[in-house]
Amino acid sequence: MGKPPKKKNLADKVRKTKTSTEIKNNPFEVKINRKKFDILGRKSKHDVGLPGVSRSKAINKRKETLLKEYKTKDKANKFIDKRFGEYDTKMDPEEKILQRFSMERQRTQDKKDMYNLNEEEELTHYGQSLSEMEKLNDMVDSDDDADEKGVLSAELTASHFGGGGLLRRKTQGEKDNGGNQRAKSRQELIEELILKSKQEKRERQNQKEESQVLTEKLDQDWKSIQGLLAHKNAPKADRLEEEDKPKLDEYDMMVRELGFEMKAQPSEKMKTPEEVAREERERLQKLEADRLRRMMGDVVEDCTKTQAHMSADDLNDGFILDGDEKPTLAYQDGKWNINEEGAKIEGDDDEEGGEGESGEEESGGEEEEEGSGEDSHSDLDSEQESEGGEEEEEEEGEKDEVPATKSQLSEEERKAQAEAAKAELPYTFKAPESYSDLKGLLQGHPADHQCIILARTQKCNHPSLAVGNKLKLQKLFGFLLEYVGELASRSPPELSTIDKMITQLYGLCQLFPEAASKAMQTTLVDSAHRMEDVLEVKGRAAFPQLDMLIYLKITALLFPTSDFRHPVTTPALLYISQALTKCPVMSLEDVTSGLVLCCLAVEYVSFSKRFCPELINFLLGVLHLAVQDKTSTGYSVVPPFRQNGKVSDLLVLSDPESSQTWSKKTLPLSATQTLTLTTDLDTDHYRLSAVATCMDLLKHCSSLYRELTSYSHIFQPITTLLSKHLPIKTYPAALQDLHGEILATISGSLTSRPLLVFQKKKPIPLKLFTPKIVEVLDYGKKRGNTKEEREKERLNHKYKKEFKGALREIRKDTRFLAREKLNEVMGRDAERKRKVKELFGSLATQEGEWKALKRRKNSRH
Amino acid sequence: MAASKRCNVSSENLTVNDVKTPKIDINGKVDLIIQSKKHANDVFDVLEYLQSEKEKNVVCAIDGCTKLFSTLLERGELYVGKLPKEELLIGGDRSADEKYCMFMRHRYNGCLELLLEHISHESYQIKESALCALMQFASMEGKFPLQDLDWSEHYSFPRELIQAVVERLLSQNEDMALLISRFQEYLDMEDVRYYVMSSVRDNVGRVMDKTKGAVMPIYQNNVFTLLSNINMPSQESELTNYLVKQEAKHEDWKAAKLKEHKRTFERLWLGFLKYKLPSNMYKKVLVILHDSILPHISNPTLMIDFLTAAYDVGGAISLLALNGLFVLIHQHNLDYPDFYKKLYSLLEPSVFHVKYRARFFHLANLFLSSTHLPVYLVAAFAKRLSRLALTAPPAVLLMVLPFICNLIRRHPACRVLIHRPSAADEACDDPYLMEEEDPSQCHALESSLWEIQTLQKHYHPDVATAAMAINKPLSQQEDAISELLELSTYELMERDLKHKQSKTVPLEFDPATQLLQGSGGVGVLGLNFSLE
Repeated sequence: MGKPPKKKNLADKVRKTKTSTEIKNNPFEVKINRKKFDILGRKSKHDVGLPGVSRSKAINKRKETLLKEYKTKDKANKFIDKRFGEYDTKMDPEEKILQRFSMERQRTQDKKDMYNLNEEEELTHYGQSLSEMEKLNDMVDSDDDADEKGVLSAELTASHFGGGGLLRRKTQGEKDNGGNQRAKSRQELIEELILKSKQEKRERQNQKEESQVLTEKLDQDWKSIQGLLAHKNAPKADRLEEEDKPKLDEYDMMVRELGFEMKAQPSEKMKTPEEVAREERERLQKLEADRLRRMMGDVVEDCTKTQAHMSADDLNDGFILDGDEKPTLAYQDGKWNINEEGAKIEGDDDEEGGEGESGEEESGGEEEEEGSGEDSHSDLDSEQESEGGEEEEEEEGEKDEVPATKSQLSEEERKAQAEAAKAELPYTFKAPESYSDLKGLLQGHPADHQCIILARTQKCNHPSLAVGNKLKLQKLFGFLLEYVGELASRSPPELSTIDKMITQLYGLCQLFPEAASKAMQTTLVDSAHRMEDVLEVKGRAAFPQLDMLIYLKITALLFPTSDFRHPVTTPALLYISQALTKCPVMSLEDVTSGLVLCCLAVEYVSFSKRFCPELINFLLGVLHLAVQDKTSTGYSVVPPFRQNGKVSDLLVLSDPESSQTWSKKTLPLSATQTLTLTTDLDTDHYRLSAVATCMDLLKHCSSLYRELTSYSHIFQPITTLLSKHLPIKTYPAALQDLHGEILATISGSLTSRPLLVFQKKKPIPLKLFTPKIVEVLDYGKKRGNTKEEREKERLNHKYKKEFKGALREIRKDTRFLAREKLNEVMGRDAERKRKVKELFGSLATQEGEWKALKRRKNSRH
Repeated sequence: MAASKRCNVSSENLTVNDVKTPKIDINGKVDLIIQSKKHANDVFDVLEYLQSEKEKNVVCAIDGCTKLFSTLLERGELYVGKLPKEELLIGGDRSADEKYCMFMRHRYNGCLELLLEHISHESYQIKESALCALMQFASMEGKFPLQDLDWSEHYSFPRELIQAVVERLLSQNEDMALLISRFQEYLDMEDVRYYVMSSVRDNVGRVMDKTKGAVMPIYQNNVFTLLSNINMPSQESELTNYLVKQEAKHEDWKAAKLKEHKRTFERLWLGFLKYKLPSNMYKKVLVILHDSILPHISNPTLMIDFLTAAYDVGGAISLLALNGLFVLIHQHNLDYPDFYKKLYSLLEPSVFHVKYRARFFHLANLFLSSTHLPVYLVAAFAKRLSRLALTAPPAVLLMVLPFICNLIRRHPACRVLIHRPSAADEACDDPYLMEEEDPSQCHALESSLWEIQTLQKHYHPDVATAAMAINKPLSQQEDAISELLELSTYELMERDLKHKQSKTVPLEFDPATQLLQGSGGVGVLGLNFSLE
């Protein structure tokens, strides 16, 4: 069916191409457009023209359009196809058919439905009524049918369409096998085929029936079970609804709300530990690269670090209210209450009552975890009591630790505090408006609780909760710093409390980098200013207090110390340097402070390995304090140290024997303020510890600055001091080892290096007068200079061309029409001539006949 | 004795007038004395008040005395000429008026003595009032001289009085700095200055000879304070302000000649500097030497000995002596052998830390700006400075690095210090000898400034950037170091803070949990210190 037209098409094509090539090859048909220049890489379409072909095309086209128009001119009748959407080209044919169908249906229905009340429209599927199909519920899925219908057995198709190849082969095979057996006739073969297919059909039918039976049975079984299931569910629901209708009490509302609460939604895939680790590693790598970039100091302004970053497993709890704030269900006085409100109420109570007392929230929370209902008030109390007891103990421990702060509290206040400690901490805190507020908030709590208070304050006043909170928290950082400073300046300093607060400070700093850096800067500058004032008057200053040392350390914790230039750490390092150069060492406390500053300096520069001269100077000076014979040294110490003076024997051991009982200990930070050494032995031990610290720092420095070109010159005085002047013999073995290690490191370094040359730079190119390049699109003609002018030119040109083309077309049209008219006239004339001729002829014959008749008459006569 | 009798009388009077406040009492009495000679004996009461314990009373009495004796001086009611002894007064056959004048003159003299004593009083107010009163008397005495005029020498200036005041001012046991600064107002007057200078010279010579030239810190300090308060006029025409106007022969008066002033000034300073000075005094003198002493000395070359001695002392004193020496070399054609060698040896690590480093580097810059210096010398300076820069604080480094670069710019032959392409790949030890004192022997020219390369790794960004300058050929333009000379670390810090950064502050990404946690690298602090 499909093949014959195809073949025809192909033949057509062949013929056509043949003609076209023939035409092309025919030199009389071809017109060659002469080219002036050959341009490489340009393909022109118009080098060969076929005027005959194009003319005939044009004529044909005119015949189809213009001629038709001409012919129908002055003819009033017109055939219009009024079928729906016939002339609408935009419509899909499919759609068109659908619309037409529905319109037809409507039309018929309108007519029918006038008196027909009951009859519904029959829906059909493949021409069969759907309602009937539904009734026969044993019908198999149509899909199956379709499938089977679609698949014909291979043999059948082969026999039908294979051109009888199958039959022939079979006969051949039979011939091979049977030899003389008579070949089956075609008729027989076909009968056989039919038989086979019929058999197959029957088998299929059987199978279907069987499966149907099975399905029915299954259905039956299901129905019995379904009944059972329904029994369980249905009545309950009914009853609920019955209850529902009379009154909508709070409980039900709550239940409904719970029901409508957002269900668990598909979240992002849980990350495997490997993935988490990988992400973390990538993040760290990126940050590290960033840090390195900043360290090198290339000033790339578009800092990618615009936000505080979150770790992969950050729960984002900086931004979303935590479990603490989420409204949790709890009973209070037998009523549902949302915990937050309760907390708020109690928070208010606290404010009134001064110290935070009540706080059933936590116990409430625990209650929930236990899952018990309303009856847990009793064990709640006991729990509270036990907790309170614990806290009291803690409190007492704290009191012992800090007698100075506690002593000022009166006995009554102490009692009140004990009671306060019994109760839990409140949950909400107002953000402190001033430093004294914060102090009031934190005073009298143990360190852990202070941390919790701070954390809760931070959460309650999160910037996302209210507008002013951001400012409040920004202030909080400053207050907290001040508080830390105060803690550090107490005696004895409460360093463990500070230690716990670092996390809070870090968190706040991550939230508000600007505010934090500003606060830190202010602290640093104030202190530096004070030092500067003293320096101007006296020419020297005292070592910074412990609080400043702590601030400097915190700076190093919060901000990257390795940056080439950083708004906080650079001034901080300058401050350290200032202290190390301008503060003379007068006592062992000063030595300790200086060593702390040295440690800080080492930490500041350890990553970036930057050179800090003051550090080396100071360490040299400290070691110089331990030298016994100050005369004839091969090195010179740098101010603030003096070659010899009244305090230059500060670290000389009073008794060399004391080094035997010495063991390495870390120095306490509080020793920067007050040092109570009672015996000479203690003092000697302390001296040895200081020397050990100093040597340890030197060891760090000596490995840190290995790459510097002037390494040996930097450490030359230290080498001299260590190897010749330090009474190392009297020092314990550990120190002697350290001493040997440092000397080995220093002497192991390269002393020779290449002489300096300038960096190679690119040669500066000669100055050239670069030609001015003007874009010329069309040569030969002068074009407008500006873009608009050129565009206008181009459009004008195009218009002209089009105009000419249109004129030519019109002329051709008129010529064509004139020719047609002429043809018509000629045709008409020829017709008339022919008719006239015909008439003349008939007349002539008539005349002839008449004359002949007349002649015969005459002859007869 | 008559005096004691009168004293008794006056004490009776005092009991009568006890109800009155001392001030009204004194004023009333002064008025009475001035009004009539009858009340002359009341002067004893006034003088009594002058010795009172109460500060207020003494001040009032001083005022009263000033008023009283000024009036008397004006009226000429004080005895002029050589005064006979008071004991002889009664017996002598003189008129009552004459007796009265003599009596009053004696009281005046007593009053002066009391006032001079009051200059050493512990209360500053009394000191000040006494000084003012004395100067008031001096000016009155100048107008109405109490001696027969000796036209040849001193005209009518109360020389003794000034001498006595100066002697009191230059106390040997008390720091009179405050009073001397009060006295400065009188020192602005030409004649006072002139006579004070000559009295100081006498005084210094006398006192120092007595102690055989031993150091007397307080005394010398007082002398120095007084001397440093002397503002010499620079032109003759400026000599206009006088305490005492001389009517006759004004031009011949020594106090009116600038030359005489200069000579006295010079002799005064030379006399003062002749003796051994405490070291801080040395510094003080050297600090003001070049701009307030040398220009006003008639023959500055006389200072050479002092300056060379100071230059040889070493340390900060040498640095300061440099300034004076510079003036002498520059303006007075002083030829100082081995000057640069000495300057070279002044470069010690401490030079970056002393108070006078700005002054030193300013001068060093001047000395080394000469284009006639040999290359080896400049190279030695550059190398030594850069070696010392390894121990310098950042504020100094910011000054020293451009300084070194300027040296190399001025002397292009020194460029080998930072650019030696011929031996680019050879590695060698530093041939420079730090201990060598002679710049010609220290092999600086064979070395390279590796120290500056080291400083490219300095922790302060500005220093590191400044040190980077040697990586490229230096520009022709010299760096201006004048405003960097006095840079302090605090100013540097403020500069850093002003360095406005619009972008966000980078933060540490390692979360901090503990105070002693290590940051950046190892927790050195945590290793060596504990939270106690």
